[in-house]
Amino acid sequence: MPTVNIPSPLRSYTQGASSVAAQGATVADILGDLERRFPGIRFRMIDEQDRIRQHIRIFVNTEAVNDLSTAVAQRDIVQLICALSGG
Amino acid sequence: MASQTIWIGTRKGAFVLRSDELRKQWKLTGPQFLGHVIHHIVQDPRSPKSVLIAAKTGHLGPTVFRSNDRGKTWKEAAQPPAFRKAADGESARAVERVFWLTPGHASQPNVWYAGTSPCGLFRSEDAGENWQAVAGFNDHPMHGQWTGDGGTPDGPLLHSILVDPRDPAHLYIGLSGGGVFESTDAGRDWSPLNEGCAADFLPDPNVPYGHDPHCVVLHPLQPDRLYQQNHCGIYRLDRPERRWTRIGNAMPKKVGDIGFPIVLHHANPDIAWVHPMDGQTVWPRTSVDGRPAVYRTSDAGRTWQRQDKGLPPSQAWMTVLRQAMCADRQARVGLYFGTTGGEVWASANEGDSWHCIARNLPEIYSVTC
Repeated sequence: MPTVNIPSPLRSYTQGASSVAAQGATVADILGDLERRFPGIRFRMIDEQDRIRQHIRIFVNTEAVNDLSTAVAQRDIVQLICALSGG
Repeated sequence: MASQTIWIGTRKGAFVLRSDELRKQWKLTGPQFLGHVIHHIVQDPRSPKSVLIAAKTGHLGPTVFRSNDRGKTWKEAAQPPAFRKAADGESARAVERVFWLTPGHASQPNVWYAGTSPCGLFRSEDAGENWQAVAGFNDHPMHGQWTGDGGTPDGPLLHSILVDPRDPAHLYIGLSGGGVFESTDAGRDWSPLNEGCAADFLPDPNVPYGHDPHCVVLHPLQPDRLYQQNHCGIYRLDRPERRWTRIGNAMPKKVGDIGFPIVLHHANPDIAWVHPMDGQTVWPRTSVDGRPAVYRTSDAGRTWQRQDKGLPPSQAWMTVLRQAMCADRQARVGLYFGTTGGEVWASANEGDSWHCIARNLPEIYSVTC
């Protein structure tokens, strides 16, 4: 099962867990599984038009994801990163 | 006299100020939601244990938080305000920030309204847990023209959602930019209500919409009485009239009538306060001449009196945003305003004198009672 690394701003949704296993064959599936288990977490990263929010980055292993249909293999690591910036 | 609670929303979190019974001693608590952008905190007058927060959670997008114990604990909305999924070829709108909250009519105790950027109107029927788009506005055929491409440096804003206390179907909203709009059918249809308002930034000043109301208020005891602090002056409207009167023309010319907030006296519809800012040349939006003052009218805008006792006499360049000034409901009304420099100032005597009750806070976006 793929592993998802959770950044600190989103750990209030995962009861503090920094890494969770998630089911799915695509990034969209993985985010859907997270949302079922941790309600509200998906909308923090993905807007209502299914776009990745401006300051969120998603990687499958080390490859940046721009398309939620990107495939995820069973041993992949999905990295969710908050690109915080500004004063 | 009674103790008073003031909610402070800032660019970096939420704070609370609570007073003694004389409103002289204040205690600051917080922050809550440290690092989150808090645009508005509203305590429900229908159920004072309920408080809602309009937030942008750092860089994580917009949401609403709810408390049912006067702010001790909070829970995020299950379904925050969000536009519907765009159809093919449609502009794909996404809520960037929840900016404004208004409790619904007294007869609808679980109804709330929210205004967003870009301009969207949303309604909750379960006390803020789930939010639905008010399609009559968000999908109105004129929505694109009304909301335009303009707005503020923080984007276009929907604010000043007003509910007529006599009729839950009678609503007003303010758009920055766009103007004031009215619905008499619970939000199913809307029409502009801007006649008489200046729009100095448009080539044709006599347009039906495109104006920039900064803050619009309605007096609960006289719901046909509206006041407006606009980008281009201070106005009053007494319905059923449709033409606003520029009551800011009675302000001192050296001060002008530009500002963000306008607040009302809960028991007297003729009393209002504004906090003027410098709207000359390149719009510094700071206290005029570095001498902050509140101006009060006691005759519905025919005359204005300066109230600056206790405020810094010089070199004080305050900016007070549209949600950052309020009046409490005590017999001798208390006034409060917060600055973008992180100070909160209070008056326990209807503006006659002022003292600073908090300093060194983050940039203040809202001050509410």
